[in-house]
Amino acid sequence: MPEVDIEWPWQYNFPPFFTLQPHPETRSKQVAAWKSLILEYCEKNKIYVIDVRESSQGPLFYNSTINRKLEQSVILSILSELQKTDNSAPVDKLNNRWEIYWHTLEEWASMIYDYVLGQGIQNSVLTLHELVQGEDTAEEMFFGMNQEVLLKVLRLLEKDRKCEVILEDDVQGVKFF
Amino acid sequence: MNRIKYTSPLLLDGESTVVVENNVRIYDGDQKTSFEGGELIITTHRILWGRPGQIARGQTCLSMALNLIIFIEEESPSTFSFTRSRKIVLHLSEINDTSNGPQPYSMFNFIKLSFREGFTKNITSILHDLLQDRPWEPKIQQPPVENKPQQPLIKPRMGIVGIERSIQEKQKATDASINMAFQDLDKLMDMAKDMVRLSRMISTKIKEKQGDITEDETIRFKSYLLSLGIDDPVTRDSYKSDNQYYQSLAKQICDFLLSHIEEMGGMMAMSDVFCWVNRSRSLELLSPEDILNACKLMQALDLPLKLFEFSSGVKVLQLSSLDSSTVAEATAQLVDEKGSLSSEELSKSLGISLTLAKERLLTAEKFGKCCRDDAIEGLRFYPNLFLTREE
Repeated sequence: MPEVDIEWPWQYNFPPFFTLQPHPETRSKQVAAWKSLILEYCEKNKIYVIDVRESSQGPLFYNSTINRKLEQSVILSILSELQKTDNSAPVDKLNNRWEIYWHTLEEWASMIYDYVLGQGIQNSVLTLHELVQGEDTAEEMFFGMNQEVLLKVLRLLEKDRKCEVILEDDVQGVKFF
Repeated sequence: MNRIKYTSPLLLDGESTVVVENNVRIYDGDQKTSFEGGELIITTHRILWGRPGQIARGQTCLSMALNLIIFIEEESPSTFSFTRSRKIVLHLSEINDTSNGPQPYSMFNFIKLSFREGFTKNITSILHDLLQDRPWEPKIQQPPVENKPQQPLIKPRMGIVGIERSIQEKQKATDASINMAFQDLDKLMDMAKDMVRLSRMISTKIKEKQGDITEDETIRFKSYLLSLGIDDPVTRDSYKSDNQYYQSLAKQICDFLLSHIEEMGGMMAMSDVFCWVNRSRSLELLSPEDILNACKLMQALDLPLKLFEFSSGVKVLQLSSLDSSTVAEATAQLVDEKGSLSSEELSKSLGISLTLAKERLLTAEKFGKCCRDDAIEGLRFYPNLFLTREE
């Protein structure tokens, strides 16, 4: 996972940031700061999936300079806070792996559809690989998108009858309408 | 030797012969006497001595009451004596009436019995047993001796044994009286149970019928109950009744502690209060309950101190001018100055106890003035930048 340095917020070097605050008002500020930090960090590093067990050792939740670490239980509660705003969703039943959506699935969907309209490639079939890894989309926000997340986005579009996902063994493509 | 009397060898009521020895000499102290080679009879009551045949004929003989004997020892035979002779030393108690004896005066407090031919039986242990059993005792009156009826009653309360016995009897008496006292207490407790039940009943009735009787009457009745020493569960926490004792105690504690508490930053844990107050009183110690009750009254009495309970249950005595928000403010200011504080550091810098320091920090946190950093190094508190710092 290539790490891109992001500009850490001031809280990141503030030790109480890594302890869940009992005072309700303080806690809400703290959790809000964590939420925006997680989204920003994932966006900059193009991280679509967080594994709670692994990432508690990573720089996001572990500040080695002040030697403070966010506890897994707290990470979980912040991720579930993110879920409330559709910015995350657990992948497995044990809530160990979480998909992070710095753009919500709906935002992603409209972004992709706008791109398709802009390129005028309705009614043609694109492979999923082409869509998120191809040369043509290298400049787009959704470039390099995790395949599972992409599928969830396309299913959303499919519901609105804006595309059809074709999942054959050898070909995984999508046709936009 | 002056304890020995002339008397008839006839046995008295309840008296029986225990042992008979021959060829016995009596010593007055260490001095030999002319009473030698005689027959010695030890009865349950007396020691009789007579010349051979005298006692059998019922003639007057020498006698000494056993109750005069304090202590018996056997004199160890000297290294150079090859006889079978054995000597027993009888230590005797004082006697007033020395008449009618062979020797009215004696400088010794003991006599010796010398058994020229040894004993047939172990005289020492027999005498010991007799002294222990005291077979002459059941008769409270000294058995009347016919030829000296005027002899005053000799109480068996003399010498070390006598003293020991009297101590024992006193103990028995005390024991009995203590038992009696506790019997009374038991009754009292039973009564008190009834009283408490009665008072509970009445106080619940008062609660039910609030309005039917006036407030004044209710209070007066509750104060009656309290003055009986019965805690009324209703008033237990409020202590509305004008209990003079607690009131004056509250004032006293206040006077004494006010300056100390001011020095210590306006707060003192109840445990410290207890120590300070009792140390100053040195002997007239107060129970924790009394102190607590007195402190509960402080606020109602408008004293400069009041009892305050933190949400954790820790109780402190603090300045009335102090309320939680000012405490929080002051603590937060300290945290601001230092950058961050643990309870240990705060307790050191303010000279207050650790619990108190922690409570103060928690109060500050509760008011959103501080935030915590709970790391392996321990709990520290920081200024609440989450709320104060602009994004």
